[in-house]
Amino acid sequence: MDLNFSAEEIAFRHEVRAFIDASLPAATRAWLVAGKSPTKAMVVEWQKILNAKGWAVPEWPVQWGGPGWSAAQKYIFREELQMAPAPSPLGFNVNMCGPVIIAFGTEAQKQRFLPRMANLDDWWCQGFSEPGAGSDLAGLKCRAVRDGNEWVINGQKTWTTLAQHADWIFLLCRTNPEAKKQEGISFILCPMNLPGITVRPIITIEGGHEVNEVFFDDVRVPVENLVGEENKGWDCAKYLLGNERFGQARVGASRERIRRLKIIARESMDGGRPLIEDPDFRRQMTEIEVELKALEMTVMRVIAQDMKRADSKPNPATSVLKIKGTEIQQGVSEMLMKAAGPYAWVDGDPDEEGSNEWDLAPDWAFGLAGTYFNWRKQSIYGGSNEIQRNIMAKAFLGL
Amino acid sequence: MDFDLTEDQSLLADSVRKMFADGYGFEQRKAYIKSAEGWSTAMWAQYAELGLLGLPFAEADGGFGGGLTDTCLIAEQMGKALALEPWFSTVVLGGGFLRRASAEMRRELVPQVAAGECKLAFAQVERQSRYDLFDVATTAKREGAGWVITGRKGMVLHGDSADRFFVTARHAGGQRDHGGIGVFMVEAKHATARGFRTVDGGRAAEVEFDKAPAILLAEDGLPMVEAVVAEAIAALAFEAVGCMDIAHAMTLDYMKTRQQFGKPISSFQALQHRAADMLVALEQARSMSFFAVQAASDNDANERRAGASAVKVQIGRSARLVGQQSIQLHGGIAMTMEYACGHYFKRLTMNDSLFGDADHHIKALADDGGLVKAA
Repeated sequence: MDLNFSAEEIAFRHEVRAFIDASLPAATRAWLVAGKSPTKAMVVEWQKILNAKGWAVPEWPVQWGGPGWSAAQKYIFREELQMAPAPSPLGFNVNMCGPVIIAFGTEAQKQRFLPRMANLDDWWCQGFSEPGAGSDLAGLKCRAVRDGNEWVINGQKTWTTLAQHADWIFLLCRTNPEAKKQEGISFILCPMNLPGITVRPIITIEGGHEVNEVFFDDVRVPVENLVGEENKGWDCAKYLLGNERFGQARVGASRERIRRLKIIARESMDGGRPLIEDPDFRRQMTEIEVELKALEMTVMRVIAQDMKRADSKPNPATSVLKIKGTEIQQGVSEMLMKAAGPYAWVDGDPDEEGSNEWDLAPDWAFGLAGTYFNWRKQSIYGGSNEIQRNIMAKAFLGL
Repeated sequence: MDFDLTEDQSLLADSVRKMFADGYGFEQRKAYIKSAEGWSTAMWAQYAELGLLGLPFAEADGGFGGGLTDTCLIAEQMGKALALEPWFSTVVLGGGFLRRASAEMRRELVPQVAAGECKLAFAQVERQSRYDLFDVATTAKREGAGWVITGRKGMVLHGDSADRFFVTARHAGGQRDHGGIGVFMVEAKHATARGFRTVDGGRAAEVEFDKAPAILLAEDGLPMVEAVVAEAIAALAFEAVGCMDIAHAMTLDYMKTRQQFGKPISSFQALQHRAADMLVALEQARSMSFFAVQAASDNDANERRAGASAVKVQIGRSARLVGQQSIQLHGGIAMTMEYACGHYFKRLTMNDSLFGDADHHIKALADDGGLVKAA
């Protein structure tokens, strides 16, 4: 048992940190430090910088542009990006659709899509959830019917994140309504600029436009846009969902936010003293720090197992990552909002026109409540935390 | 980074597991508790035979040169078996001091400890000290070439069977000063120990020293105490994980067999989710127990203290959840003395409060600025 990173891994961390320091646009970093979501331009610019360095697709095989890193290196890279903070490579491209195409796609699909995905020449979005298919994803109804050399798609997707930016969508469609629900689904790629596609924004409670409804009305795509076999799309979906084992832990992101919290709590006053001196506040914050340390060790355990046995069966520790990772992020976002006291009431974004020219609130107070409201989503998406418990009961507890 | 055990470590854990499988059934343990010592002298002899008692000492001193990880693996098995013998007080606490003692003392005592002939205890707690290691009223005075100790120590684990005590006593400064605390060794014949049973079925003693002749280990002793306690906290973390493992497994088994409303209660989602939450708490605790080994080995005293506190917080929180819910999900059966689950719960509860419970350590860690350093 040796719980420390090797000298090579530590050197790698320094290399990554130095590259980020030298290459991450200062405006992007400042934007993220303020707690805001990166703009499309920021994500695209940064991913092209990473791709030029050969670091945009850490999870992909070397043949398709991956850097050939170990699980530990991938973890270090992810963590350094989160702590910088820097935008992560677009998950829909590099962690979701890309790996599915690599595992199930044809050679032509790989040649056509993968390089543009890695360079973020195409922005992809995910068409899984539907109004009637949330936690019960296999209950989806969006139809694709074969007509000559085309699939004709009709139906509705929802909660489609950043569809407003997207050039392509990867879809789960029902191609055989007679079969058992998991067995009649296909994985189909569809350009977003086709006639018959309508994107309608969903504004979430904090006022942001992140998610959308996407409607398909006789949308036609060529048959070669099918990935894998017809009616075997559920295999692709399971592969995609099972692929993301660490993404939701986001240890580095939480550590960065706790640092931010400590800085804000020095500036924010409570009882005539800086809030950071209040024992009750400190105690709540420290409870989260302890949970985060345990989560970090849990991630390490999963990585160490992956490095030893790439095809190993799921570790019960993986199921902890989603639940604890999201609880911690939600907890920190709540403490950040509370740290601002009454100044958390200010709505919106200080960079929006005129919003803070009268110095309505400290700059750092903007958006804290918004993030708190927005981050309630974390325990809902990616398999709600209750679904995670169902999975644990079945897969690990034998109940 | 590697969380796997070495071959030697696996063999060690297996042999301890096997020893307990043969000698520590529920009825056997009950008989040990009722015996004169309150634990099994026969098992103690087996510990010695297996090499557990000499494990962490240097080979040059008569030990087997084991590391903290080895100690922790044994502690985990102790937790699973709810072992009663004075292993923790002798090898982890007493041994922690003995390893840091003079060559002369090591030469004399290590072979005796390894053979099971000398049992050790750590006399630290006082009525007013609660969990503060530095709150020491017991006094030490120079007398001739040596020292004498006067004072009362409480809750001395296995103090009624110890042959030697390691004792904290103050030779300078006020009762709560961090300086002026010495670590001493006192032979049992110079102390009065009144033994009693603890809530978890173990043994402890109130120990009185009245001008007891003592040998000095460290004049500025608090750093030594903190180093030993950090190792003890790592062992306690593994012990707690062992207890939680069994309590959780028993609960799952019971859920699958207990029928109500015509089906096993494991089919009810509310209970499934509770069991899943127990697994989350258990795995977080297991992760933290690994960190405990790393933290106890940190050369920076502040980092070590912060790490040990973080471990106590996580283990304590997890142990409480797993312990309480294992009782709840069983229902009435786990409330009975005749069912093992409650005994794990009691041990977990006591484990939390050894060397400071989670509430004590969250306060200490928060006052020291937490784990994440602000930029």
